[in-house]
Amino acid sequence: MIAIQIQREAFDPGALQADLEALGGGGVATFTGVVRGEGGLSELVLEHHAAMTTKAVRAIADRAAARWTLLGLTIVHRHGSLVPGDRIVFVGVAARHRGPALEACAFLIDWLKTHAPFWKRETFADGTTRWVEPRAEDDAAAARWGG
Amino acid sequence: MALDILYFAWVRETIGRDQEQVDPPASVETVADLIEWLSQRSPAHAEALADRQRLRAAVDHTFADPAAPIAGAREIALFPPVTGG
Repeated sequence: MIAIQIQREAFDPGALQADLEALGGGGVATFTGVVRGEGGLSELVLEHHAAMTTKAVRAIADRAAARWTLLGLTIVHRHGSLVPGDRIVFVGVAARHRGPALEACAFLIDWLKTHAPFWKRETFADGTTRWVEPRAEDDAAAARWGG
Repeated sequence: MALDILYFAWVRETIGRDQEQVDPPASVETVADLIEWLSQRSPAHAEALADRQRLRAAVDHTFADPAAPIAGAREIALFPPVTGG
């Protein structure tokens, strides 16, 4: 029921969504995160703690599966070098009704941002680089689901 | 006992290496103790580990608070707050 992929390669959100739709529930909610190109961004590198990432993402997925009655849950998170327009992350949830699907999907992306060992480094057209700083809004979004 | 220390993101860049093996004394009991002890290894360590508010840790692949004990741990990772998703 829970499928997790941490990978360098691109993914096809349509195919991932179709797999969730085939589970027979009444609702599938998905979120796809995409690299924004604003501010002259030329590259986004996602570093991660390779030995820990799958375990941490699995813990987030298990938490969702314990809280909502779900038929399927899929998370794909990329690492490595990405450019504007590239997809970074896919979260998809299948449930009997829309409520659990929408809530679990929102929970999963909120917690992926704050409870999975990934770090983003931005490179801009002028060659400067900087590590993305955590945002208070992301912490607040994650906190609304409780600990 | 030998302990693997892993560094990520700007902590890694500032220290200049992604991992090292250390053998801290028994008085180093918690994650906070370890950070304090590591910060004395070199000026680069001191700089990377100076702002404790911007550091996070994982003990054997589980996120851990500064007060978490490190007895029996095999690997400690030190890094900035995560920014994935």
